[in-house]
Formats: sequence, structure tokens, C-alpha cells
Amino acid sequence: MNDLALIGPILAAMFAAATPLLFAALGELVVEKSGVLNLGVEGMMLVGAVCGFAVTVQTGSAVTGFLAAAFAGAATSSLFAVLTLFLLANQVATGLALTLFGVGLSALIGQGFVGIPLEGLPKLYVPGLTDLPVVGQALFGQDIMVYLAVAAVPLVHLFLYRTRAGLVLRAVGENHTAAHALGYKVLRIRFLAVLFGGAMAGLGGAFLSMDYTPMWAENMTSGRGWIALALVVFATWKPVRAMLGAWLFGGVTILQLHVQGLGIDVPSQLLSMLPYLATVLVLVLISRDVARIRLNAPACLGKLFHPDA
Amino acid sequence: MNRRTMGKTVLGLAGAAIALSVGMGSAFAQEKLKVGFVYVGPVSDHGYSYQHDQGRLAVEKALGDKVTTTFVENVPEGADAERVIEQLAASGHKLIFTTSFGFMNPTLKVAKRHPDVKFEHATGYKRAENVATYSGRFYEGRTVVGAIAGKMTKSNIIGYIGSYPIPEVVGGINAFTIALREQNPKAEVRVVWVNSWYDPGKEAEAAKALIDQGADVIVQHTDSPAPIQTAQERGLWSVGQSSDMTRFGPKSHLTAIVEDWNGYYVNRVKAVLDGTWKPIDTWGGISTGMVELAPYNPAIPADVVKLADQIKADIVSGKRHSFQGPVKDQSGKVVIPEGKTATDEQILKMDWYVEGVQGKVPK
Repeated sequence: MNDLALIGPILAAMFAAATPLLFAALGELVVEKSGVLNLGVEGMMLVGAVCGFAVTVQTGSAVTGFLAAAFAGAATSSLFAVLTLFLLANQVATGLALTLFGVGLSALIGQGFVGIPLEGLPKLYVPGLTDLPVVGQALFGQDIMVYLAVAAVPLVHLFLYRTRAGLVLRAVGENHTAAHALGYKVLRIRFLAVLFGGAMAGLGGAFLSMDYTPMWAENMTSGRGWIALALVVFATWKPVRAMLGAWLFGGVTILQLHVQGLGIDVPSQLLSMLPYLATVLVLVLISRDVARIRLNAPACLGKLFHPDA
Repeated sequence: MNRRTMGKTVLGLAGAAIALSVGMGSAFAQEKLKVGFVYVGPVSDHGYSYQHDQGRLAVEKALGDKVTTTFVENVPEGADAERVIEQLAASGHKLIFTTSFGFMNPTLKVAKRHPDVKFEHATGYKRAENVATYSGRFYEGRTVVGAIAGKMTKSNIIGYIGSYPIPEVVGGINAFTIALREQNPKAEVRVVWVNSWYDPGKEAEAAKALIDQGADVIVQHTDSPAPIQTAQERGLWSVGQSSDMTRFGPKSHLTAIVEDWNGYYVNRVKAVLDGTWKPIDTWGGISTGMVELAPYNPAIPADVVKLADQIKADIVSGKRHSFQGPVKDQSGKVVIPEGKTATDEQILKMDWYVEGVQGKVPK
């Protein structure tokens, strides 16, 4: 068997594996750019996953399912927003609590939906293009959500760096006191950012439960929310780099499985570690450049704000 | 010596913080024997814990007028387990099944404090006056599956998704491969370890990788039905784990190795009721009903079904053993000589691959 022929399938699998991470990371990136650190990504993904799945099973419509997932993710995040923005609860503690809450809540909602099979989304097929060697399947043979995740990258970038609203959002993240003095509604802007982050996490989770492995299982995100959080720092809060990071992570994940299948003698535990190791390595390399981190990290990240204080 | 030593612990901790729930059995009538069950996962996993709970339901059905049952699910392996088991023992349960390997030491500790309560610990190896152990010879099921796969494969590459490289899983791979190559000497097995008992995403990725490398039958020793779905999507064969997973891929699902505790649980509860209970070790295979095969896919040709049934019958009658000599390891060295079969000790400590498996056992 020609091992080079594997490059195409590996690429195709890589893009799909990166998709849930990309959705969640882009959402969290916007949240953090507004100065809020929401560690509840894993929980919001799970709630999105179970709600998307449940609604799809009930209505038979995947579009409705994804909308419900986004809504459920946003609703879960609104809990976090109310607690941290208006009641001034600690963001780190609240975010962790949100993850625990999401794990439990999704398990509860999902009780009646375990063991129900679902059809995944149809894959794109463009005659000629999809059959291209190596890149055909990867570029022209995915399903709609994979493309949507990639399309969201330039959109988020344009929003943050080319629109007035994006500028205001970043200003709030950099210096909420100054933004407030200028008359911007800091809390409202952050609230909306948190809702967006929740919706994107919900979509990422729903991609897993409705498409990647079309079923509901407790805890099925298996830590992907945490990876998405790491990706945001990894990307130094830049959407395009978040995408590259998600691909790198997805790629190493898929690659290590292939290495095992080919019988190459490397300990599987080491290989399972590789994606995380790669993430840590890049993080270390980036962190060596303190100036870059300072330049990109929102200065008010994780800091509480009270308009009257 | 087997499952669930670490995989679920981390997830379990998070889950149990919230999802820990006690399901109470039916009536509260006096005199009835109270039987408790402790599960590592959710009953809804449709795999490992689900099968144990089916056993509990079988007990209720068979002896409902004499017993009441209680179960606690999502119990993390560790300090929390001891608290849960203690609570069951303290609340009048006279027979308690702790169904995961990691409950071994907590079970023994609680057993010491409650000499009047009887305990049954699954897949462990430590017994006491009031602690029995039990497990299934699931490798016997893998022998049957191996023969079916040998007949069904066209590419002669079988993809095998492993959880952790522990003797139970390695032994399963070997039993499978021996039977596979008996039917089809050209077939080989490629193993991918996902280092998890339950991670649908990763299991699906592993299945895809193996399929992309040419595998046309996917076998798994992990608990989620994701590999079945992947195989169905690609139009290839798969084998389910723990419970019948047909509905996740009706066209793909050849059969599944089903863990069936119903008979054992009913018998053990009866033994307590009769006063004949003893702290023994039970390691039951197909002959005891602990290991079953899910209904065969109708697409399997009749002669293959016949072959599978014959192998099953031979295992039950003792005419055949999953590890029957001569068995060679990867280097070609005869490990189990002609005319001999592997001892239980050899099976419980298996850390080498037989001929026909690609790659090395991760150390």
C-alpha cells in the first residue's frame, strides 16, 4: 500500500477534527477580546451538543438542531454573564462552575436520548473537484459545518479589526474604565460577547453530537472545550492563528492514529500526548516573546468591572 | 486485571459532582433482601454499566418478591467509591455488587467493617471471607468474531481499536487474530490505541484512520458505538462491544460481544437467599452465558454463520480453546506449544502479540 496515498484522507480527517475546536475557540476569542475569561467552554459545548441532538431527533431538521444548539449554548453562557458581569462573581470560579454545571445539565437533558442513532450531515460532492487526488476530499468533500467554521474565521477577523463595533469591543477589553468614560456600555457589550461565545461553543458541541459522531453520549466532548481555551492563547487572540492552531491540533491527532495503524514503533501513550505536547511547545515558543503577548492579550482580561466604582 | 482503571476517573470526578444519583428500587417492605449495585459509568452508556444494570433488572424480575435493589451510578474510582459502598452497607444492603476494577480496595475496606454483608467485585483479584470476584472470558467471544472477520474481509486488513494496552485487551486482540488467521492466513490486524474507554470522537477518528489504511472490518475494544457509525458511513463491516449496537449501523454491524451478567446476578442473589453463598472467583465464558454474541447481521452468508456457531459450540463443549497451541508470537517463537492451551495465568498476564498483528504492544 502506498503510504503517500494516505495524505488526502489525513488532510480530510484533520479539517473535520479541527471543526469543533475552531467553533469554540473563535467564540471564546471574541469573549476574551471583550475582557471576559469564560472557562465554561466545555460545559457550554456539552449543553449545545445535547440540545442540538435532542431537537434534531424531535424535529428531524438539522438546521433547527444547530439553531437550538447555538441558542442553548448562549442561554448557558448568559448564566455566566449575569453572575460575573452584574453580580461581580469571580470569573475563573464561575467559569469552572459553568463547566461542571454543563456536564450535569447535559447528562440530565440527554437521559432520554442515549442510544438513539442519527444520520450525520451529507458530505459535499462536486463532480471532478471532490475526486481530485490528495486535496479533493479534504477541500471539496466535507459537510457544511466544516466550511462554516472556516468561513467564520475571516468574519470574526473583519468584525474585530475592520468594524466600529469590533473596535469598541476591543476597547472594552483593553481598558473598560476608559471605554466607560467615553460612554460605551461596557457590561452590555461584554454580555453580548459572552452570548456569542456561548452560541459558538454550542455549535461546536452540536457538530460533535449531530455530525462527527451522530449520537448523544455523556461527556462526549472529552475535554475539547479545554483545548479550545488553550487555542485562544496559542493564537495570541488572532482568529487566523486560532484556525491554524486547530488544524495543527487536529492534524497531529489524526496523524498519530495513522502512525499506530502503520505499526510504526512509537509508544501509543506518547503519540496520544503529541497533540497536547505540540500545543504546549508552541505556547512556550510564543510566550518567550513577552512583548507579543502583552501586545495581543486584552489588558482587562478577567478583571471585574462595576460602572459606579 | 482489567478494565476501567483510569479512563473514567477524571471524567467521573466532574460528572459525579453533579450527576451522582441514587436510584431507589421498588418497595420498602421488611424482610426483603436488599441488594446494592455500584456502577462506574452512567446506566445510559449503553455499554458496560448498562449491561450490569440489565443484570440488576433481571434480578428484580426473577426474584422481585424476595429482594429490592438499589443502584448508584457514575461513581468515581477512588475515595468517593468507599463512601458510596459504605453507605449502601450501612443502609441495610446485605449483598453489594461493585462492578468496576477500581472499586477493589474500597470494596475490601468496607467489607472488613461489615462482616455480615456479602460483596461481589467485578474483574478484581482480591477476595475475602465476604468478598467474591467475578469476570467474563470475553476473549472467547473474540475467537468467534475473529473467524467471522476472516471470512468477511476482502482487503485482508482488519482495523482494531484498543482502549488501553492491558492484558484483557491484548489477550482479546490475540484471540481474535488467531481465529482470524485460521480462516484467512493472509489477513493481518492493525491496532490503534485511543487511550480511553469512552471517547466517541477519538474512536471515530481511529476508525477513519484504519479504514483509510485499507481496513474493511473494524473491531473495537472501546465502549462507544462511534466506530460502528463510521464503518456504516464508509460501507464497511464492524463489530460491537459490550452490548448489541446494531441500531448504530444496521448494515455494518456484523455482531457484538455482549457482556451478559443476568444469569450470574440472579444465581448469586439466589445463593444468598438459600444461604449457600461462598466467596469464590468466577471467570465465566460463553458456556456460562456471561459472554454472548449479538444476533448476526443477515448479510453474513449461511456457511459463515454455521462456522461461527460451530466454533461457539466447540468452545462450550471444551473441544476448542481460544489459545490452543501451537501459538507463535510476532517473532515466530512458539509460546504455547502444540497440544497445550494457555493457562489462566498466561491469559491474565498477556503482554505480547501473536503472529499477524502489526506493530508492538506499547510498554
